[in-house]
Amino acid sequence: MRRFLYVLPVAVFAIMALFFLKGLTLNPRDIPSVLIDRPVPEMSLAPLPGRGESSGLGTENLKGRVSLVNIYGSWCISCVQEHPVLMEIKRRGDAPIHAVDWRDDPVLGAAWLKKNGDPYERVGIDPPPGRTAVDFGVTGAPESFIVDKAGVIRYKHVGPISMEIWTKTLLPIIRELEKR
Amino acid sequence: MKRLVVALLLLSTPALAVNPDEMLKDPAQEHRARELGKDLRCLVCQNQSIDDSDADLAKDLRVIVRERIAKGDSDEQVKKFVVDRYGDYVLLKPPFKVTTLALWLGPLALFLGGLWAVLAFYRRRPAAGTAPPPPPLSAEERRRLDTLLKESER
Repeated sequence: MRRFLYVLPVAVFAIMALFFLKGLTLNPRDIPSVLIDRPVPEMSLAPLPGRGESSGLGTENLKGRVSLVNIYGSWCISCVQEHPVLMEIKRRGDAPIHAVDWRDDPVLGAAWLKKNGDPYERVGIDPPPGRTAVDFGVTGAPESFIVDKAGVIRYKHVGPISMEIWTKTLLPIIRELEKR
Repeated sequence: MKRLVVALLLLSTPALAVNPDEMLKDPAQEHRARELGKDLRCLVCQNQSIDDSDADLAKDLRVIVRERIAKGDSDEQVKKFVVDRYGDYVLLKPPFKVTTLALWLGPLALFLGGLWAVLAFYRRRPAAGTAPPPPPLSAEERRRLDTLLKESER
């Protein structure tokens, strides 16, 4: 009993230290999404100027094929870093990518795509207060969602997609969903 | 001058992130929106409420919360709307449920454990004043004490 009492504080400290140590390696931006396995939110977003009348993004457009929905904005700095990867995905024809131009001026959003390249099939503008982004539980840009054939969200990636993340994580999930 | 500074300090209110153009016309509804905003986490700054934060996303959520209130949602319905999208994480005060039991009851358990340890410690130790009297000195000890006392008198 005595001995147990001496060991107790050390044991408590060790357990707490383990939790804190684990906490150091966690990313506080990785907030678990509650939208996984839920249908994509109802939306009907207007197209960007110059991309064609029917190039906006609606809920129905996300059914039939497994696709990636990317949240970007012309104001978003990490999106510049991510963009070449999206262009490469389009070049390879890995999967269709759609976008929500979040909290943006449509003119600026369209100009940004002219300058950096346009990897998207459909782009919908989500002006402030970004209702669609909030419906998607978006906390920052870029964020990307994998949507299956039935229009159900299956995966969420926070932050820029790198080529490594694409080939090792996202593409395998998409290929798996395509088999269903 | 000093008085003026003190008066100004007393009169000042904390800077708030809520812009006048976001506010609802009905003061009672605006009050509800403010109270709700204090409980909702700004997901960009993480330890500020949306009521405190200047982040764009916090502003968007303030606007959306006010829209829901104006449409006639109850406080619970507004909270559910936000939790449905961002999870319990968005609540600064986590709800009491099975997955948060350790969070809510952990501190109480630690306190009770400490209390038990302290009580056990004092119960085992005899209280001061009730210790048994020391045994009487033997003849040999008495003689040594006398010599020591005599030495110190010198």
